[in-house]
Amino acid sequence: MSDITWGLWELLLKGVWITVQLTVYSAALAAVVAFGIGLARTHPRWIVRFLSGAYFEVFRGTSALILMFWMFFVLPMGFGWQLAPMWAAVLTLGLTYGAYGSEVVRGAIAAVPAGQREAGIALSFSPAQQLRKVVLPQAWPGMVPPFNNLLIELLKGTALVSILGVGDIAFGASLVRNATAQSAPVYTIILVMYFVLAFALTRGMRAVERHAKAGVGQAPAKRSRLRSATGPAVTGTAARAEGEAR
Amino acid sequence: MSAEHSTPNTPPTVGDGANSGETELIHFDKVTKRFGTHTVLDALDMKVFAGKHVTLIGPSGSGKTTILRLMMTLLKPDEGTIKLGDRYLTHEEKGGKLVPASDRYSREIRKNIGMVFQQFNLFPNMKVLRNITEAPVHVLGLDKDAAEERARELLELVGLTAHLDKYPTQLSGGQQQRVAIARALAMRPQVLLLDEVTSALDPELVAGVLDLLRDIAHSTDITMLCVTHEMNFARDISDCVMMFDAGRVIEFGPPEQIFTEPENERTREFLSAVL
Repeated sequence: MSDITWGLWELLLKGVWITVQLTVYSAALAAVVAFGIGLARTHPRWIVRFLSGAYFEVFRGTSALILMFWMFFVLPMGFGWQLAPMWAAVLTLGLTYGAYGSEVVRGAIAAVPAGQREAGIALSFSPAQQLRKVVLPQAWPGMVPPFNNLLIELLKGTALVSILGVGDIAFGASLVRNATAQSAPVYTIILVMYFVLAFALTRGMRAVERHAKAGVGQAPAKRSRLRSATGPAVTGTAARAEGEAR
Repeated sequence: MSAEHSTPNTPPTVGDGANSGETELIHFDKVTKRFGTHTVLDALDMKVFAGKHVTLIGPSGSGKTTILRLMMTLLKPDEGTIKLGDRYLTHEEKGGKLVPASDRYSREIRKNIGMVFQQFNLFPNMKVLRNITEAPVHVLGLDKDAAEERARELLELVGLTAHLDKYPTQLSGGQQQRVAIARALAMRPQVLLLDEVTSALDPELVAGVLDLLRDIAHSTDITMLCVTHEMNFARDISDCVMMFDAGRVIEFGPPEQIFTEPENERTREFLSAVL
């Protein structure tokens, strides 16, 4: 490890920064795609469901690596302009992981009890209001853990971009390996780096999950529920008086 | 329908408009609803005048809840029409023809109808106060302060003022159901639909909710359609009890008549099983 000079460390740390940027941009695009396609897949019109379903199947079923090559090498032939490698990568990862994410969104929306929608109808909310005020806020806590998985998959997936010469962690590692002619130290180091980044993401997403659960009344403290379940039996107007007293 | 059943010769009509100002509010005209090949409601005719309280009784699967769900536009009839006052609920008139109502049209009419569900269906992502104010503010366009003031009054009525800042999951079933009643009343509906509102409650919590509904029935002029297995409650609040069997009203009348001297054999069987 002593063979790795400060200059080489700098290369790796710059790589970390590029990996973080790639993750953030791709995740932002993936989130937009996931909600857009996920909601479209629950749309009442069949044509909207069909098109969004087709998107999902195509992007789930193609290799991200090949898609990235396609974006970078084939797209320019058709359109006459070349994406910067970084953006070809962001586009590929965003569209691919967005497709996976759409399944999470669709599933979480389907898991909201039908009674909630019926209550929304009974109160004459418009479909958009039902979605915004009732369905999405309740579906959201269920989306966070699978989104965390996808986010970590995405982080690790960013390593693909080193093939296009984008200077991420994996690219930095290959340079350091060439410079030092040793594989073990540098690959061990970047293994740890990816783990640390993934761990940081998980901690962040746990906080998001706690916040999301608190937003539907599933905060850690469940005392009052226990108390009412085991409290003395109350009947008649006494129940209402008891309601007042608490 | 076999001959030994004493079926009503005239369609059930609750209220007669004899009192001044009493108007026909709910009108089912030959409403049929099928689920697949199973006919849940069979050409139902029914009229309810404003301010009347009707209890629907009958074995499960007899079509009682379907009536409430049709009324709330959660279901669409396969045949027939439903009117609320002088406007169609299920249909709209376009170019002199009756066509099935669009969602936008139904939404407008159903603002006058409130429903309380068996499973409460409070919004778990909103605290108690917001559960009650959300629709008045965003559907009726009420000023937020006015909606909150109204919600506080209603919470006082249902005895839950102390809980306005809690999430529904922090309340007992009975408390949740009382919030749901307040939420429905906050829309100032002309019609309140009560769908087995105590069936999901622990036995000791049932009486509190029924007492509250008795209060509301006796102190307001809201028209109520109520599906319940609580026969004493039905006796207390109803102007009319309708007995359903296999998608038809087989007998109807004032509660004292239905509960003490039912004419129809099926009604007698049913009542002896539940009373």
